[in-house]
Amino acid sequence: MSVIASNVSTRSDEYRANHAALSELVGTLRQITEETALGGSESARQKHIDRGKLPVRERIDLLLDPGTPFLEIAPLAAHDMYDGRIAAAGVVAGIGRIQGRECVIVANDATVKGGTYYPVTVKKHLRAQEIALDNRLPCVYLVDSGGAFLPMQDEVFPDRDHFGRIFYNQSNLSARGIPQIACVMGSCTAGGAYVPAMSDEAVIVRDQGTIFLGGPPLVKAATGEEVSAEDLGGGDVHTRLSGVADHLAENDAHALSIVRRIVGHLPVATPSIAQSAPPEPPIYDSDELYGIVPADLSKQFDIREVIARIVDGSRLDEFKARFGTTLVTGFAHVHGYPVGIVANNGVLFSESAVKGAHFVELCAQRRIPLLFLQNISGFMVGRKYENEGIARHGAKLVTAVATAQVPKFTVLVGGSYGAGNYGMCGRAYSPRFLWSWPNSRISVMGGEQAARVLATVRRDAVEARGEHWSEADEAAFKKPTQEQFETQSSPYYATARLWDDGIIDPAQTRRTLGLGLAAAANAPIAETRFGIFRM
Amino acid sequence: MFKKILIANRGEIACRIIDSCRRLSVRTVAVYSEADAAARHVRMADEAFCVGPAASSESYLRGERLIEMAQRAGAEAIHPGYGFLSENEAFAQACHDAGVIFIGPPVEAIRAMGAKSAAKRLMDEAGVPLVPGYHGDDQDAERLQAEADRIGYPAIIKASAGGGGKGMRVVRSADAFAEELASCQREARASFGDDHVLIEKYLERPRHIEIQIFADQHGHTVSLFERDCSAQRRHQKVVEEAPAPGIDEAQRARMGEAACNAARAVDYVGAGTVEFIADDSGAFYFMEMNTRLQVEHPVTEMITGFDLVEWQLRVASGEPLPREPSALAIDGHAIEVRLYAEDPARGFLPSIGRLAHFVAPPASAHVRLDSGVEQGDEITPHYDPMIAKLIVWDVDRAAAVERMLSALADLQIVGVRHNGDFLARLIDHDVFRAGKVDTGLIEREMETLAPASPDVPAVFFHAAALALLADERARVATGASPWAAVDGWRLNARQHRTLVFTAGDQEREIRVAYADDALHVDGERAALEPSEGARYRLIYGASQQDVSLVGPAAARHVFAAGAHYEIAWRDPLAEAGAVDDPQAELTAPMPGTIVAINHDAGAHVEAGTPILVMEAMKMELTIKAPASGTVVRYDCAVGDQVGEGAELFEFEADAPDTSA
Repeated sequence: MSVIASNVSTRSDEYRANHAALSELVGTLRQITEETALGGSESARQKHIDRGKLPVRERIDLLLDPGTPFLEIAPLAAHDMYDGRIAAAGVVAGIGRIQGRECVIVANDATVKGGTYYPVTVKKHLRAQEIALDNRLPCVYLVDSGGAFLPMQDEVFPDRDHFGRIFYNQSNLSARGIPQIACVMGSCTAGGAYVPAMSDEAVIVRDQGTIFLGGPPLVKAATGEEVSAEDLGGGDVHTRLSGVADHLAENDAHALSIVRRIVGHLPVATPSIAQSAPPEPPIYDSDELYGIVPADLSKQFDIREVIARIVDGSRLDEFKARFGTTLVTGFAHVHGYPVGIVANNGVLFSESAVKGAHFVELCAQRRIPLLFLQNISGFMVGRKYENEGIARHGAKLVTAVATAQVPKFTVLVGGSYGAGNYGMCGRAYSPRFLWSWPNSRISVMGGEQAARVLATVRRDAVEARGEHWSEADEAAFKKPTQEQFETQSSPYYATARLWDDGIIDPAQTRRTLGLGLAAAANAPIAETRFGIFRM
Repeated sequence: MFKKILIANRGEIACRIIDSCRRLSVRTVAVYSEADAAARHVRMADEAFCVGPAASSESYLRGERLIEMAQRAGAEAIHPGYGFLSENEAFAQACHDAGVIFIGPPVEAIRAMGAKSAAKRLMDEAGVPLVPGYHGDDQDAERLQAEADRIGYPAIIKASAGGGGKGMRVVRSADAFAEELASCQREARASFGDDHVLIEKYLERPRHIEIQIFADQHGHTVSLFERDCSAQRRHQKVVEEAPAPGIDEAQRARMGEAACNAARAVDYVGAGTVEFIADDSGAFYFMEMNTRLQVEHPVTEMITGFDLVEWQLRVASGEPLPREPSALAIDGHAIEVRLYAEDPARGFLPSIGRLAHFVAPPASAHVRLDSGVEQGDEITPHYDPMIAKLIVWDVDRAAAVERMLSALADLQIVGVRHNGDFLARLIDHDVFRAGKVDTGLIEREMETLAPASPDVPAVFFHAAALALLADERARVATGASPWAAVDGWRLNARQHRTLVFTAGDQEREIRVAYADDALHVDGERAALEPSEGARYRLIYGASQQDVSLVGPAAARHVFAAGAHYEIAWRDPLAEAGAVDDPQAELTAPMPGTIVAINHDAGAHVEAGTPILVMEAMKMELTIKAPASGTVVRYDCAVGDQVGEGAELFEFEADAPDTSA
């Protein structure tokens, strides 16, 4: 295999400026991550601990094999939404190893609004279940939630992808042989009561966990019966009388040890993707990614410099290196797992789109996972390109990407605009995982571009009426659009809404991908049947 | 010289005798009980024969069987070691009758010295100084009281047939005499089948000084100088040294001469020890003569350069003493400590178990270890729980003291509790350093000799934390999956953990932070690099040191800088759901036999009432009521053998508000 020759000068002014700018973005990311990881207010956290309960992240740490990774899903979900108070959307989700098996963990954070479900909370919970489904990962639910956030019940309860979908998923995951394990460590009220009830196996903590359709206040209102929470639906009741739960734990740690025991008896999947080469770090330092990616997204950079800092031994065997050069395609390994890489190196032309479609076909037939590195302003526009049928060629790429059944991974390393997002396996194309770099931007087009389009339409209308539209008026007209796009294309805006699975430190891309690939290897790879390619 | 001898003993002395035999090209035959089949002395000997079950009375004390084995193996002689049959005249006689040489004194000498009162009369006649006392046959209680009154108080009552500290009572006033006498007689009857007692003046701060003598079959008797064995706990020697501090040449000569006279008086042959009691004035009195090799003989060997076992073999085979008296001299100073499997924190209760880890300081011209066990061996409840004798030599006493402290610091034992630290504190004690030890020192100073509980240095916790993390890594980091990497990876963060460790009643939280290629422990980059065996190099920040680690995380023994602590990790998952066990006090603290049950089931008792008595390792243990309450049921009966932790009875404490 050929080692990528790097042309990066770490002493150049440009490199240094880039490095400083991206380092700062990563620093901010780490800081926000750290603050968010605290969960609810200090008083809420103290109250939680005083009740004898472990903080949600300590629960997860104890549940996992000690010191092993936890690939959190959307840790900044709901960031800056709902007045900015719903840390991680009130639920910590991710993939981690329990007794040597990769599992999806969904753990409510009761210190955040009692662990109630906001719209994004539901979305995150469903996303975690989707990951479990796609990758055939057992699910462990650490339940400590007051149920739906009532003031927003219209956005939480009724629709297809709302609260009820959680239980629909549990049933169907279980039906597919994907274990569903619940551990009730706090409230589990009303609809939430179905999380343990729908599980294959359930643990409940004595004097902490409660499961009931209607809590004591509701019971009193409805029937006048006065009953304590523990007598109504505590651990003793559910493990001795009702059978809603299967194992009684004395405390959080005990419950987690029971869950570990349960998972220890689950069968171990045979990996569908073999580590076909011994894992080997890249020969170039991943830290150099900071200096490679320009602070200004409009500046082009060689995507091979990025690939060289992600793949094993910095080795890439390019496919069609001399054709359609604005799209780099080739074979490499990440943590020993084979990957086919599709990476932007400029605007997509017809040739690059066709090349990409061809390469995706290769990978699908050979069952090689695909890695898309997005830095795309879009497909080329203009009479020449439309006339030669760039839409037809672009459609081939989109068809290939949409229907390829191999695990797909997408990383936004720069811009993600327009139809380029589709052809490069954006969120709508169901990659197993999609991560963003903190410098990335995502929107239907650039903010300036959008403002100009709107301004042109407006000017035409104004001038058609024979009126004059000053430069100042135009600038004032464009400003809100520019601002809107600026805000909405931010990776934080995106990740808050689950448009991705998290913003990642570029230097951790390789590691994150490795975890994703290893997780994906738990699910068999289906035969691909492509749709009609418009020829 | 003999071609082959049988060693009628076990443990360190059997091993030590085999060592000398090997050097002299004498073949060795070991004997063993069923419990000792894999013991070190058996492994060392050229041949070995099983002589019976674990109980000494059915194995090592079966003289006729030992002689039969010697004959079968073609051994010309039997070395009895110390203890067991070493001072048994019947055995010596039986050897003689069977034509097997008994490596020890003539039968008559054993008999003469064996009966304590008769021996004293004999010594009196030979001009050996005796403690004022009464050794008469008239055992009438009133007569004994009168004699005690004559001698004056404090006085001591001893069983005539006694030894080893059993059957002794100090009486400090006339009115306490009758009761102590009765008690002494009871014990004497139980232990020796003979309640004959003698009474002597009791010296308040006596020293125990003994002379090693050697006599051959050609009429030569020499003194190999004295040993000071004053450091005793409950009449058991703990530390021995030679020469005795503060003894000048003149007194040494006087004592040596008295000891030789004592030996000559009984036509002694072989190795023997004449024990004296001495005081500060230079006065010394004959106590008894041990007609065998002593446990503490190595200190004499270290200062004379002789091998006393070799001397025994030469003398027994008819050779003259290897050295002229004029060629004998003292070189330097030697100290021996007896390392016992016992728990000083629990009243020196014997502690049995497997020596999971046993590393001794390396042997040299300065350091010697006589041991019957190696790492992996068991200390069983059947025999004396001595692990080893540690002996050091140096040019003078002060240097020897330092040498011993250093050797004790290098000692590493896991699996049984032991008295190593206690011995170090004793050796380091001002009074010991000053050479002013008397036989009451240890009991008097027990408080200052008790273990201090200083703050356990951080290094012990750091080592335990790193060892735990290494254990976890070994368990979890299997295969090449990125999920098996143990680096605390988190999305845009790293895992931090707080590990809780305890050392005794001290608790400490250790903060661990994972980083790319290192661990940070309490804020410093730290690593544990395997060295050899249990040894590791602990690298912590800018410092490095050797540590040894033994055992699992729940009870990890950490040795560092000459200290040792058991550090326990509080595993949150393991602790989960554990319930307090209120029955803890009602279980057997160690394996043993139930000898008495004091109350019927159903009896109501006050807190602290003795419920039952068990005997373990020759000691009686009383299990008391943990609170006022009722004995519901016994799970054991008199005569039962119970294991450590066995539930002995069910107890129901009174409800706290019964009176209300």
